[in-house]
Amino acid sequence: MSALLSVRDLSVEFTTYGQTAQVLQNVSLDVPAHAQIALVGESGSGKTVTMKAIMGLLRQPPARITGGQIFYDGRDLLTLADRDRVALRGTAMSMVFQDPMSSLNPVFTIADQMGTILKYADRRLGRVRNARDRMARVHEVLAQVRMREPERVSASYPIMLSGGMRQRVLIAMALLSEPALLIADEPGTALDVTTQAQILRLLKDLVTQRGLALLMITHNLGVVRETSSYVYVMNKGRVVEQAETATLFANPQSDYTKSLIAAVPRLTGGTRYGTVTP
Amino acid sequence: MKPMLEIRGLTKTFPTRSAFGRATGEVKAVANVSFAIERGQVYGLAGESGSGKSTIARMIMGLTRPTSGSILIDGQDIAGQIGTRAHGARVQMVFQNPGASLNPRRTVAQSIAVPLVAHGFPRADQPRRISELLDMVQLQRAFAQRYPHELSGGQKQRVAIARALAVAPRLLVLDEPTSALDVSVQARVMDLLTDLGRALDLTFLFISHDLSLMRNFAQRVGILYLGEIVETGETPAVFEHPLHDYTRLLLASVPVISAEEEAMRPIIPLIDGEIPTAEKLLALRGQTQGKVTP
Repeated sequence: MSALLSVRDLSVEFTTYGQTAQVLQNVSLDVPAHAQIALVGESGSGKTVTMKAIMGLLRQPPARITGGQIFYDGRDLLTLADRDRVALRGTAMSMVFQDPMSSLNPVFTIADQMGTILKYADRRLGRVRNARDRMARVHEVLAQVRMREPERVSASYPIMLSGGMRQRVLIAMALLSEPALLIADEPGTALDVTTQAQILRLLKDLVTQRGLALLMITHNLGVVRETSSYVYVMNKGRVVEQAETATLFANPQSDYTKSLIAAVPRLTGGTRYGTVTP
Repeated sequence: MKPMLEIRGLTKTFPTRSAFGRATGEVKAVANVSFAIERGQVYGLAGESGSGKSTIARMIMGLTRPTSGSILIDGQDIAGQIGTRAHGARVQMVFQNPGASLNPRRTVAQSIAVPLVAHGFPRADQPRRISELLDMVQLQRAFAQRYPHELSGGQKQRVAIARALAVAPRLLVLDEPTSALDVSVQARVMDLLTDLGRALDLTFLFISHDLSLMRNFAQRVGILYLGEIVETGETPAVFEHPLHDYTRLLLASVPVISAEEEAMRPIIPLIDGEIPTAEKLLALRGQTQGKVTP
Protein backbone atom coordinates (compact mmCIF):
# COMPACT_ATOMS: atom_id res chain seq x y z
CA MET A 1 0.00 0.00 0.00
CA SER A 2 1.99 2.95 -1.26
CA ALA A 3 -0.64 5.67 -0.95
CA LEU A 4 -0.97 7.63 2.27
CA LEU A 5 -4.75 7.48 1.97
CA SER A 6 -6.44 4.79 -0.05
CA VAL A 7 -10.18 4.37 -0.42
CA ARG A 8 -11.14 0.94 -1.83
CA ASP A 9 -14.58 0.13 -3.24
CA LEU A 10 -16.39 2.26 -0.70
CA SER A 11 -20.17 1.90 -0.77
CA VAL A 12 -22.51 3.91 1.42
CA GLU A 13 -26.27 3.96 1.64
CA PHE A 14 -28.62 6.28 3.47
CA THR A 15 -31.93 5.23 4.96
CA THR A 16 -34.49 7.94 5.62
CA TYR A 17 -38.24 7.54 6.12
CA GLY A 18 -37.85 3.83 5.43
CA GLN A 19 -36.36 4.42 2.00
CA THR A 20 -32.82 3.43 1.17
CA ALA A 21 -30.66 5.31 -1.32
CA GLN A 22 -27.30 4.10 -2.57
CA VAL A 23 -25.17 7.23 -2.21
CA LEU A 24 -21.69 5.87 -2.94
CA GLN A 25 -21.01 2.89 -5.18
CA ASN A 26 -17.58 1.30 -5.19
CA VAL A 27 -15.66 4.54 -4.86
CA SER A 28 -11.89 4.06 -4.99
CA LEU A 29 -9.26 6.76 -4.81
CA ASP A 30 -5.66 7.17 -3.74
CA VAL A 31 -3.85 10.10 -2.19
CA PRO A 32 -0.09 9.42 -2.23
CA ALA A 33 2.11 11.21 0.29
CA HIS A 34 3.01 14.78 -0.80
CA ALA A 35 0.53 14.58 -3.72
CA GLN A 36 -2.15 17.11 -4.63
CA ILE A 37 -5.33 15.31 -5.55
CA ALA A 38 -8.71 16.77 -6.45
CA LEU A 39 -12.16 15.24 -6.11
CA VAL A 40 -14.62 17.13 -8.29
CA GLY A 41 -18.36 16.76 -8.69
CA GLU A 42 -21.62 18.67 -8.70
CA SER A 43 -24.06 18.75 -5.81
CA GLY A 44 -25.31 15.28 -4.98
CA SER A 45 -22.33 13.56 -6.60
CA GLY A 46 -21.14 12.07 -3.30
CA LYS A 47 -17.94 14.03 -2.85
CA THR A 48 -18.88 15.33 0.59
CA VAL A 49 -20.09 11.89 1.75
CA THR A 50 -16.74 10.45 0.61
CA MET A 51 -14.93 13.12 2.62
CA LYS A 52 -17.08 12.47 5.69
CA ALA A 53 -16.50 8.73 5.46
CA ILE A 54 -12.74 9.33 5.33
CA MET A 55 -12.85 11.66 8.33
CA GLY A 56 -15.20 9.37 10.26
CA LEU A 57 -17.87 12.06 10.41
CA LEU A 58 -20.75 10.09 8.83
CA ARG A 59 -23.69 9.76 11.17
CA GLN A 60 -24.66 6.12 11.29
CA PRO A 61 -27.63 5.81 11.01
CA PRO A 62 -28.93 7.29 8.69
CA ALA A 63 -25.76 6.38 6.78
CA ARG A 64 -24.46 2.84 6.53
CA ILE A 65 -21.15 1.78 5.04
CA THR A 66 -22.08 -1.33 3.11
CA GLY A 67 -18.68 -2.22 1.74
CA GLY A 68 -15.10 -1.24 1.15
CA GLN A 69 -12.07 -0.12 3.10
CA ILE A 70 -10.35 3.18 3.84
CA PHE A 71 -6.63 2.76 4.48
CA TYR A 72 -4.57 5.47 6.11
CA ASP A 73 -0.89 4.67 6.24
CA GLY A 74 -1.74 0.98 5.79
CA ARG A 75 -4.38 0.78 8.56
CA ASP A 76 -8.04 0.25 7.72
CA LEU A 77 -9.88 3.14 9.36
CA LEU A 78 -13.21 1.33 9.18
CA THR A 79 -12.08 -1.51 11.43
CA LEU A 80 -10.10 0.69 13.80
CA ALA A 81 -11.33 1.11 17.37
CA ASP A 82 -13.05 4.44 17.95
CA ARG A 83 -10.32 5.88 20.14
CA ASP A 84 -7.61 5.04 17.61
CA ARG A 85 -9.72 6.59 14.91
CA VAL A 86 -10.26 9.75 16.89
CA ALA A 87 -6.55 9.94 17.61
CA LEU A 88 -5.85 10.26 13.89
CA ARG A 89 -8.38 13.00 13.29
CA GLY A 90 -6.87 16.46 13.45
CA THR A 91 -3.41 15.02 13.97
CA ALA A 92 -2.59 12.76 11.03
CA MET A 93 -5.33 14.14 8.80
CA SER A 94 -7.02 17.52 9.11
CA MET A 95 -9.97 19.21 7.49
CA VAL A 96 -10.21 22.72 6.13
CA PHE A 97 -13.89 23.52 6.12
CA GLN A 98 -15.82 25.45 3.53
CA ASP A 99 -17.68 28.12 5.39
CA PRO A 100 -15.50 30.32 7.57
CA MET A 101 -18.59 32.10 8.88
CA SER A 102 -20.20 29.05 10.46
CA SER A 103 -17.17 26.92 11.32
CA LEU A 104 -15.94 29.23 14.05
CA ASN A 105 -17.60 29.69 17.42
CA PRO A 106 -18.67 33.34 17.71
CA VAL A 107 -18.32 33.57 21.50
CA PHE A 108 -14.69 32.46 21.86
CA THR A 109 -11.53 34.21 20.72
CA ILE A 110 -9.38 32.64 18.03
CA ALA A 111 -6.75 31.90 20.69
CA ASP A 112 -9.34 30.05 22.82
CA GLN A 113 -10.53 27.96 19.90
CA MET A 114 -7.10 27.13 18.54
CA GLY A 115 -5.73 26.48 22.02
CA THR A 116 -8.52 24.00 22.72
CA ILE A 117 -7.87 22.14 19.49
CA LEU A 118 -4.18 21.94 20.29
CA LYS A 119 -4.81 20.81 23.86
CA TYR A 120 -6.92 17.87 22.73
CA ALA A 121 -4.57 17.02 19.87
CA ASP A 122 -1.67 16.98 22.34
CA ARG A 123 -3.64 14.77 24.70
CA ARG A 124 -4.39 12.28 21.92
CA LEU A 125 -0.74 12.20 20.93
CA GLY A 126 0.40 11.90 24.55
CA ARG A 127 2.30 15.19 24.31
CA VAL A 128 2.66 17.58 27.19
CA ARG A 129 2.63 21.31 26.52
CA ASN A 130 1.75 24.13 28.90
CA ALA A 131 -0.59 26.99 28.08
CA ARG A 132 2.23 29.37 27.22
CA ASP A 133 3.81 26.93 24.77
CA ARG A 134 0.41 26.31 23.27
CA MET A 135 -0.06 30.04 22.63
CA ALA A 136 3.40 30.21 21.10
CA ARG A 137 2.43 27.40 18.73
CA VAL A 138 -0.87 29.15 17.87
CA HIS A 139 1.00 32.34 16.96
CA GLU A 140 3.57 30.37 14.98
CA VAL A 141 0.86 28.70 12.88
CA LEU A 142 -1.02 31.98 12.35
CA ALA A 143 2.21 33.43 11.01
CA GLN A 144 2.56 30.43 8.70
CA VAL A 145 -0.79 31.27 7.10
CA ARG A 146 0.68 34.74 6.54
CA MET A 147 -1.32 36.60 9.14
CA ARG A 148 0.45 39.72 10.11
CA GLU A 149 0.13 40.49 13.80
CA PRO A 150 -0.72 36.94 14.96
CA GLU A 151 -1.05 38.19 18.55
CA ARG A 152 -3.78 40.62 17.62
CA VAL A 153 -5.60 38.07 15.45
CA SER A 154 -5.53 35.41 18.15
CA ALA A 155 -7.05 37.81 20.66
CA SER A 156 -9.90 38.61 18.23
CA TYR A 157 -13.38 37.18 18.07
CA PRO A 158 -14.43 35.77 14.67
CA ILE A 159 -16.73 38.71 13.97
CA MET A 160 -13.74 41.06 14.11
CA LEU A 161 -12.05 39.29 11.17
CA SER A 162 -12.78 39.47 7.45
CA GLY A 163 -13.92 36.38 5.54
CA GLY A 164 -10.47 35.82 4.10
CA MET A 165 -8.87 36.06 7.54
CA ARG A 166 -11.39 33.60 8.98
CA GLN A 167 -10.56 31.16 6.20
CA ARG A 168 -6.88 31.57 7.08
CA VAL A 169 -7.71 30.81 10.71
CA LEU A 170 -9.43 27.59 9.59
CA ILE A 171 -6.34 26.61 7.63
CA ALA A 172 -4.16 27.43 10.64
CA MET A 173 -6.40 25.23 12.81
CA ALA A 174 -5.91 22.34 10.41
CA LEU A 175 -2.13 22.80 10.53
CA LEU A 176 -1.84 23.00 14.34
CA SER A 177 -0.67 19.46 14.91
CA GLU A 178 1.27 19.03 11.70
CA PRO A 179 -0.89 16.54 9.83
CA ALA A 180 0.47 14.66 6.81
CA LEU A 181 -2.83 14.96 4.96
CA LEU A 182 -5.02 18.01 4.49
CA ILE A 183 -8.56 17.56 3.26
CA ALA A 184 -10.00 20.83 1.96
CA ASP A 185 -13.75 21.06 1.34
CA GLU A 186 -14.42 23.88 -1.12
CA PRO A 187 -12.10 26.37 0.57
CA GLY A 188 -12.72 29.92 -0.54
CA THR A 189 -16.06 29.18 -2.19
CA ALA A 190 -17.81 31.60 0.16
CA LEU A 191 -15.26 34.33 -0.54
CA ASP A 192 -14.72 37.02 -3.16
CA VAL A 193 -12.74 36.00 -6.19
CA THR A 194 -9.58 37.93 -5.27
CA THR A 195 -9.67 36.55 -1.71
CA GLN A 196 -10.28 33.06 -3.05
CA ALA A 197 -7.22 33.38 -5.28
CA GLN A 198 -5.14 34.37 -2.23
CA ILE A 199 -6.42 31.40 -0.19
CA LEU A 200 -5.79 28.90 -2.98
CA ARG A 201 -2.29 30.20 -3.47
CA LEU A 202 -1.63 30.03 0.27
CA LEU A 203 -2.88 26.43 0.44
CA LYS A 204 -0.73 25.47 -2.55
CA ASP A 205 2.37 27.11 -1.04
CA LEU A 206 1.82 25.48 2.36
CA VAL A 207 1.29 22.06 0.85
CA THR A 208 4.40 22.18 -1.31
CA GLN A 209 6.64 23.84 1.28
CA ARG A 210 5.65 21.48 4.07
CA GLY A 211 5.36 18.36 1.94
CA LEU A 212 1.72 17.74 2.83
CA ALA A 213 -0.68 15.63 0.87
CA LEU A 214 -3.80 17.53 -0.23
CA LEU A 215 -7.23 16.20 -1.09
CA MET A 216 -9.12 19.13 -2.60
CA ILE A 217 -12.88 18.64 -2.73
CA THR A 218 -14.54 21.10 -5.08
CA HIS A 219 -17.23 21.67 -7.68
CA ASN A 220 -15.06 24.18 -9.54
CA LEU A 221 -13.02 22.85 -12.45
CA GLY A 222 -10.85 25.96 -12.40
CA VAL A 223 -9.87 25.19 -8.81
CA VAL A 224 -9.07 21.61 -9.85
CA ARG A 225 -6.74 22.81 -12.55
CA GLU A 226 -4.98 25.28 -10.28
CA THR A 227 -4.49 23.10 -7.22
CA SER A 228 -4.10 19.47 -8.25
CA SER A 229 -1.96 17.19 -10.35
CA TYR A 230 -4.37 14.25 -10.38
CA VAL A 231 -8.16 14.34 -10.34
CA TYR A 232 -11.14 12.08 -9.69
CA VAL A 233 -14.49 13.05 -11.22
CA MET A 234 -17.60 11.93 -9.36
CA ASN A 235 -21.17 11.72 -10.59
CA LYS A 236 -24.14 10.08 -8.89
CA GLY A 237 -22.04 8.31 -6.29
CA ARG A 238 -19.46 6.83 -8.63
CA VAL A 239 -16.02 7.82 -9.80
CA VAL A 240 -16.68 8.24 -13.51
CA GLU A 241 -13.19 9.29 -14.52
CA GLN A 242 -9.70 9.66 -13.08
CA ALA A 243 -6.67 11.14 -14.79
CA GLU A 244 -3.69 13.45 -14.51
CA THR A 245 -5.24 16.90 -14.25
CA ALA A 246 -3.65 18.15 -17.48
CA THR A 247 -4.84 15.04 -19.32
CA LEU A 248 -8.39 15.39 -18.03
CA PHE A 249 -8.73 18.87 -19.50
CA ALA A 250 -6.88 18.06 -22.71
CA ASN A 251 -8.60 14.78 -23.39
CA PRO A 252 -11.65 14.00 -21.24
CA GLN A 253 -12.93 10.44 -21.73
CA SER A 254 -16.33 10.11 -20.09
CA ASP A 255 -19.39 11.83 -21.49
CA TYR A 256 -20.08 13.31 -18.07
CA THR A 257 -16.66 14.97 -17.83
CA LYS A 258 -17.01 16.26 -21.37
CA SER A 259 -20.38 17.83 -20.62
CA LEU A 260 -19.08 19.32 -17.37
CA ILE A 261 -16.10 20.94 -19.11
CA ALA A 262 -18.34 22.18 -21.92
CA ALA A 263 -20.66 23.86 -19.40
CA VAL A 264 -17.90 26.04 -17.91
CA PRO A 265 -17.98 29.58 -19.29
CA ARG A 266 -14.56 30.67 -20.54
CA LEU A 267 -12.76 33.88 -19.81
CA THR A 268 -11.86 33.99 -23.49
CA GLY A 269 -15.55 34.03 -24.46
CA GLY A 270 -17.01 31.93 -27.21
CA THR A 271 -19.99 30.42 -25.37
CA ARG A 272 -23.21 31.02 -27.23
CA TYR A 273 -26.10 30.89 -24.84
CA GLY A 274 -29.60 30.30 -26.15
CA THR A 275 -31.14 27.33 -27.90
CA VAL A 276 -32.47 29.20 -30.90
CA THR A 277 -30.26 31.12 -33.30
CA PRO A 278 -31.30 34.76 -33.64
CA MET B 1 -33.78 55.80 -29.40
CA LYS B 2 -33.91 56.24 -25.66
CA PRO B 3 -31.94 53.72 -23.64
CA MET B 4 -34.05 51.23 -21.69
CA LEU B 5 -32.19 52.07 -18.48
CA GLU B 6 -30.19 55.18 -17.83
CA ILE B 7 -28.47 55.94 -14.59
CA ARG B 8 -27.05 59.40 -13.98
CA GLY B 9 -24.75 60.33 -11.15
CA LEU B 10 -26.34 57.82 -8.79
CA THR B 11 -25.09 58.13 -5.22
CA LYS B 12 -26.15 56.43 -2.00
CA THR B 13 -24.65 57.15 1.37
CA PHE B 14 -25.58 55.40 4.58
CA PRO B 15 -25.04 57.03 7.97
CA THR B 16 -22.69 55.21 10.32
CA ARG B 17 -23.83 55.25 13.91
CA SER B 18 -22.20 54.88 17.25
CA ALA B 19 -23.39 52.18 19.66
CA PHE B 20 -25.84 54.73 21.06
CA GLY B 21 -27.39 55.49 17.70
CA ARG B 22 -25.77 58.88 17.15
CA ALA B 23 -24.76 59.51 13.56
CA THR B 24 -20.98 59.62 13.46
CA GLY B 25 -20.32 59.85 9.76
CA GLU B 26 -21.38 58.31 6.51
CA VAL B 27 -20.27 55.59 4.17
CA LYS B 28 -20.59 55.94 0.42
CA ALA B 29 -22.06 52.68 -0.87
CA VAL B 30 -22.54 54.02 -4.40
CA ALA B 31 -20.60 57.04 -5.62
CA ASN B 32 -21.65 58.94 -8.72
CA VAL B 33 -22.41 55.93 -10.91
CA SER B 34 -23.60 56.54 -14.47
CA PHE B 35 -24.32 54.06 -17.23
CA ALA B 36 -26.97 53.28 -19.80
CA ILE B 37 -28.35 50.08 -21.32
CA GLU B 38 -29.76 50.11 -24.81
CA ARG B 39 -32.97 48.21 -25.50
CA GLY B 40 -32.43 44.47 -25.90
CA GLN B 41 -28.89 44.56 -24.56
CA VAL B 42 -27.24 42.92 -21.58
CA TYR B 43 -25.14 45.14 -19.31
CA GLY B 44 -22.98 43.36 -16.78
CA LEU B 45 -22.13 44.91 -13.44
CA ALA B 46 -19.19 43.10 -11.85
CA GLY B 47 -17.81 43.64 -8.41
CA GLU B 48 -16.98 41.98 -5.15
CA SER B 49 -18.86 42.17 -1.87
CA GLY B 50 -19.18 45.74 -0.71
CA SER B 51 -18.81 47.16 -4.19
CA GLY B 52 -22.35 48.51 -4.20
CA LYS B 53 -23.81 46.32 -6.91
CA SER B 54 -26.78 45.14 -4.85
CA THR B 55 -27.43 48.69 -3.61
CA ILE B 56 -27.68 49.81 -7.24
CA ALA B 57 -30.13 46.99 -7.96
CA ARG B 58 -32.22 47.93 -4.92
CA MET B 59 -32.37 51.57 -6.01
CA ILE B 60 -33.53 50.60 -9.50
CA MET B 61 -36.25 48.44 -7.94
CA GLY B 62 -37.28 51.30 -5.66
CA LEU B 63 -36.39 49.35 -2.53
CA THR B 64 -33.79 51.91 -1.47
CA ARG B 65 -34.00 55.67 -2.08
CA PRO B 66 -30.97 57.25 -3.78
CA THR B 67 -29.15 60.07 -1.95
CA SER B 68 -28.72 61.84 -5.27
CA GLY B 69 -28.74 61.15 -8.98
CA SER B 70 -31.48 59.82 -11.17
CA ILE B 71 -32.69 56.55 -12.66
CA LEU B 72 -34.58 56.65 -15.96
CA ILE B 73 -36.41 53.65 -17.31
CA ASP B 74 -37.41 54.03 -20.94
CA GLY B 75 -36.77 57.75 -20.64
CA GLN B 76 -38.92 58.30 -17.54
CA ASP B 77 -37.49 59.19 -14.17
CA ILE B 78 -38.65 56.65 -11.61
CA ALA B 79 -38.43 59.14 -8.73
CA GLY B 80 -42.16 59.85 -8.50
CA GLN B 81 -43.28 56.31 -9.32
CA ILE B 82 -41.66 54.17 -6.69
CA GLY B 83 -44.06 51.55 -5.42
CA THR B 84 -46.56 52.14 -8.21
CA ARG B 85 -47.85 49.55 -10.64
CA ALA B 86 -46.35 51.52 -13.51
CA HIS B 87 -42.87 51.07 -12.07
CA GLY B 88 -43.39 47.39 -11.27
CA ALA B 89 -44.71 46.72 -14.75
CA ARG B 90 -41.51 48.02 -16.34
CA VAL B 91 -38.82 46.46 -14.18
CA GLN B 92 -38.65 43.22 -12.23
CA MET B 93 -35.88 41.38 -10.47
CA VAL B 94 -34.60 37.81 -10.20
CA PHE B 95 -32.81 37.22 -6.92
CA GLN B 96 -29.71 35.22 -6.14
CA ASN B 97 -31.04 32.45 -3.99
CA PRO B 98 -34.29 30.92 -5.27
CA GLY B 99 -34.49 28.84 -2.08
CA ALA B 100 -34.95 32.04 -0.11
CA SER B 101 -36.87 34.18 -2.59
CA LEU B 102 -39.79 31.76 -2.99
CA ASN B 103 -42.27 31.46 -0.14
CA PRO B 104 -42.08 27.83 1.05
CA ARG B 105 -45.79 27.83 1.94
CA ARG B 106 -46.96 28.87 -1.51
CA THR B 107 -47.30 26.56 -4.48
CA VAL B 108 -45.59 27.56 -7.72
CA ALA B 109 -48.92 28.85 -9.07
CA GLN B 110 -49.55 30.91 -5.94
CA SER B 111 -46.06 32.44 -6.10
CA ILE B 112 -46.47 33.40 -9.73
CA ALA B 113 -49.95 34.79 -9.01
CA VAL B 114 -48.65 37.32 -6.45
CA PRO B 115 -47.54 39.95 -9.01
CA LEU B 116 -50.63 39.21 -11.12
CA VAL B 117 -52.91 39.99 -8.19
CA ALA B 118 -50.88 43.06 -7.25
CA HIS B 119 -51.24 44.39 -10.78
CA GLY B 120 -54.96 43.72 -10.98
CA PHE B 121 -54.75 40.95 -13.56
CA PRO B 122 -58.27 39.51 -14.06
CA ARG B 123 -58.69 36.51 -11.75
CA ALA B 124 -60.38 34.41 -14.42
CA ASP B 125 -57.37 34.77 -16.71
CA GLN B 126 -54.79 33.90 -14.09
CA PRO B 127 -54.61 30.11 -14.66
CA ARG B 128 -54.08 30.68 -18.37
CA ARG B 129 -51.33 33.24 -17.75
CA ILE B 130 -49.61 30.97 -15.21
CA SER B 131 -49.60 28.07 -17.68
CA GLU B 132 -48.22 30.38 -20.34
CA LEU B 133 -45.43 31.53 -17.99
CA LEU B 134 -44.53 27.95 -17.04
CA ASP B 135 -44.29 27.15 -20.77
CA MET B 136 -41.98 30.13 -21.21
CA VAL B 137 -39.56 28.91 -18.57
CA GLN B 138 -39.88 25.33 -19.85
CA LEU B 139 -41.50 23.80 -16.82
CA GLN B 140 -44.35 21.32 -17.20
CA ARG B 141 -47.74 22.72 -16.23
CA ALA B 142 -48.03 20.11 -13.49
CA PHE B 143 -45.39 22.09 -11.59
CA ALA B 144 -48.05 24.70 -10.81
CA GLN B 145 -49.31 22.68 -7.85
CA ARG B 146 -45.89 21.87 -6.37
CA TYR B 147 -44.14 23.50 -3.45
CA PRO B 148 -40.58 24.90 -3.60
CA HIS B 149 -39.14 22.03 -1.54
CA GLU B 150 -40.24 19.62 -4.26
CA LEU B 151 -38.16 21.45 -6.87
CA SER B 152 -34.46 21.38 -7.71
CA GLY B 153 -32.39 24.59 -7.55
CA GLY B 154 -32.62 25.12 -11.30
CA GLN B 155 -36.38 24.55 -11.30
CA LYS B 156 -36.83 27.03 -8.45
CA GLN B 157 -34.87 29.65 -10.36
CA ARG B 158 -37.12 29.04 -13.40
CA VAL B 159 -40.14 29.70 -11.19
CA ALA B 160 -38.50 32.92 -9.94
CA ILE B 161 -37.95 33.96 -13.58
CA ALA B 162 -41.58 33.14 -14.44
CA ARG B 163 -42.73 35.26 -11.50
CA ALA B 164 -40.53 38.17 -12.61
CA LEU B 165 -41.98 37.93 -16.13
CA ALA B 166 -45.61 37.67 -14.98
CA VAL B 167 -46.42 41.35 -15.49
CA ALA B 168 -44.42 41.51 -18.76
CA PRO B 169 -41.66 43.91 -17.68
CA ARG B 170 -39.28 45.39 -20.26
CA LEU B 171 -36.24 45.38 -18.00
CA LEU B 172 -35.02 42.52 -15.80
CA VAL B 173 -32.47 42.98 -13.03
CA LEU B 174 -30.63 39.69 -12.52
CA ASP B 175 -28.77 39.66 -9.21
CA GLU B 176 -26.36 36.69 -9.33
CA PRO B 177 -29.11 34.53 -10.82
CA THR B 178 -27.02 31.36 -11.10
CA SER B 179 -24.46 31.63 -8.32
CA ALA B 180 -26.33 29.05 -6.20
CA LEU B 181 -26.54 26.56 -9.08
CA ASP B 182 -24.31 23.78 -10.42
CA VAL B 183 -22.40 24.67 -13.55
CA SER B 184 -24.44 22.44 -15.88
CA VAL B 185 -27.70 23.83 -14.47
CA GLN B 186 -26.28 27.34 -14.81
CA ALA B 187 -25.69 26.79 -18.52
CA ARG B 188 -29.33 25.81 -19.05
CA VAL B 189 -30.65 28.80 -17.05
CA MET B 190 -28.42 31.11 -19.13
CA ASP B 191 -29.80 29.47 -22.30
CA LEU B 192 -33.32 30.15 -21.05
CA LEU B 193 -32.58 33.79 -20.18
CA THR B 194 -31.00 34.34 -23.58
CA ASP B 195 -33.97 32.78 -25.41
CA LEU B 196 -36.46 34.80 -23.35
CA GLY B 197 -34.49 37.99 -23.90
CA ARG B 198 -34.77 37.53 -27.65
CA ALA B 199 -38.36 36.34 -27.71
CA LEU B 200 -39.71 39.06 -25.41
CA ASP B 201 -37.31 41.86 -26.38
CA LEU B 202 -36.04 42.12 -22.81
CA THR B 203 -33.19 44.26 -21.52
CA PHE B 204 -31.01 42.82 -18.77
CA LEU B 205 -28.96 44.34 -16.01
CA PHE B 206 -26.80 41.38 -15.04
CA ILE B 207 -25.10 41.60 -11.66
CA SER B 208 -22.44 39.02 -10.95
CA HIS B 209 -19.06 38.35 -9.44
CA ASP B 210 -18.45 35.60 -12.02
CA LEU B 211 -16.32 37.23 -14.70
CA SER B 212 -16.20 34.16 -16.94
CA LEU B 213 -19.98 34.07 -17.07
CA MET B 214 -20.14 37.81 -17.67
CA ARG B 215 -17.71 37.54 -20.56
CA ASN B 216 -20.17 35.24 -22.32
CA PHE B 217 -23.46 36.93 -21.51
CA ALA B 218 -23.04 40.71 -21.38
CA GLN B 219 -22.34 42.98 -24.35
CA ARG B 220 -21.04 45.74 -22.11
CA VAL B 221 -19.63 45.61 -18.61
CA GLY B 222 -18.94 47.98 -15.76
CA ILE B 223 -16.43 47.09 -13.05
CA LEU B 224 -17.47 48.37 -9.63
CA TYR B 225 -15.01 48.99 -6.85
CA LEU B 226 -16.07 50.60 -3.57
CA GLY B 227 -19.16 52.12 -5.12
CA GLU B 228 -17.49 53.54 -8.22
CA ILE B 229 -17.39 52.25 -11.77
CA VAL B 230 -13.65 52.12 -12.33
CA GLU B 231 -13.85 50.77 -15.86
CA THR B 232 -16.58 50.23 -18.42
CA GLY B 233 -16.82 49.34 -22.07
CA GLU B 234 -17.57 46.61 -24.59
CA THR B 235 -17.06 43.26 -22.88
CA PRO B 236 -14.34 41.89 -25.21
CA ALA B 237 -12.36 45.14 -24.98
CA VAL B 238 -12.46 45.30 -21.18
CA PHE B 239 -11.49 41.63 -20.86
CA GLU B 240 -8.74 41.69 -23.45
CA HIS B 241 -7.25 45.07 -22.59
CA PRO B 242 -8.15 45.90 -19.00
CA LEU B 243 -6.93 49.38 -18.13
CA HIS B 244 -7.62 49.71 -14.44
CA ASP B 245 -5.51 47.81 -11.91
CA TYR B 246 -8.58 46.56 -10.11
CA THR B 247 -9.99 45.03 -13.30
CA ARG B 248 -6.60 43.42 -13.89
CA LEU B 249 -6.56 42.00 -10.36
CA LEU B 250 -10.09 40.60 -10.75
CA LEU B 251 -9.22 38.95 -14.06
CA ALA B 252 -5.98 37.56 -12.66
CA SER B 253 -7.90 35.94 -9.78
CA VAL B 254 -10.34 33.88 -11.85
CA PRO B 255 -9.60 30.13 -11.73
CA VAL B 256 -9.56 28.98 -15.35
CA ILE B 257 -9.50 25.65 -17.17
CA SER B 258 -7.36 26.22 -20.26
CA ALA B 259 -3.98 27.58 -21.27
CA GLU B 260 -5.64 30.13 -23.57
CA GLU B 261 -7.55 31.63 -20.66
CA GLU B 262 -4.45 31.56 -18.51
CA ALA B 263 -2.57 33.53 -21.14
CA MET B 264 -5.31 36.14 -21.02
CA ARG B 265 -4.99 36.79 -17.32
CA PRO B 266 -2.93 39.87 -16.48
CA ILE B 267 0.22 39.34 -14.42
CA ILE B 268 -0.13 40.92 -11.01
CA PRO B 269 3.00 41.64 -8.97
CA LEU B 270 3.12 39.65 -5.72
CA ILE B 271 3.50 41.58 -2.49
CA ASP B 272 5.28 39.64 0.30
CA GLY B 273 4.85 36.46 -1.73
CA GLU B 274 1.09 36.92 -1.85
CA ILE B 275 -1.48 38.01 -4.37
CA PRO B 276 -2.15 41.55 -3.10
CA THR B 277 -5.53 42.75 -1.94
CA ALA B 278 -7.14 45.40 -4.14
CA GLU B 279 -6.40 48.02 -1.50
CA LYS B 280 -2.71 47.17 -1.41
CA LEU B 281 -2.32 46.91 -5.14
CA LEU B 282 -3.93 50.29 -5.76
CA ALA B 283 -1.90 51.86 -2.95
CA LEU B 284 1.28 50.38 -4.41
CA ARG B 285 0.64 51.97 -7.75
CA GLY B 286 -0.13 55.22 -5.97
CA GLN B 287 -2.90 55.60 -8.40
CA THR B 288 -5.92 57.77 -8.22
CA GLN B 289 -7.39 56.47 -11.42
CA GLY B 290 -10.75 58.09 -11.93
CA LYS B 291 -13.56 56.43 -13.69
CA VAL B 292 -13.24 55.79 -17.38
CA THR B 293 -16.12 57.37 -19.21
CA PRO B 294 -17.86 55.15 -21.72
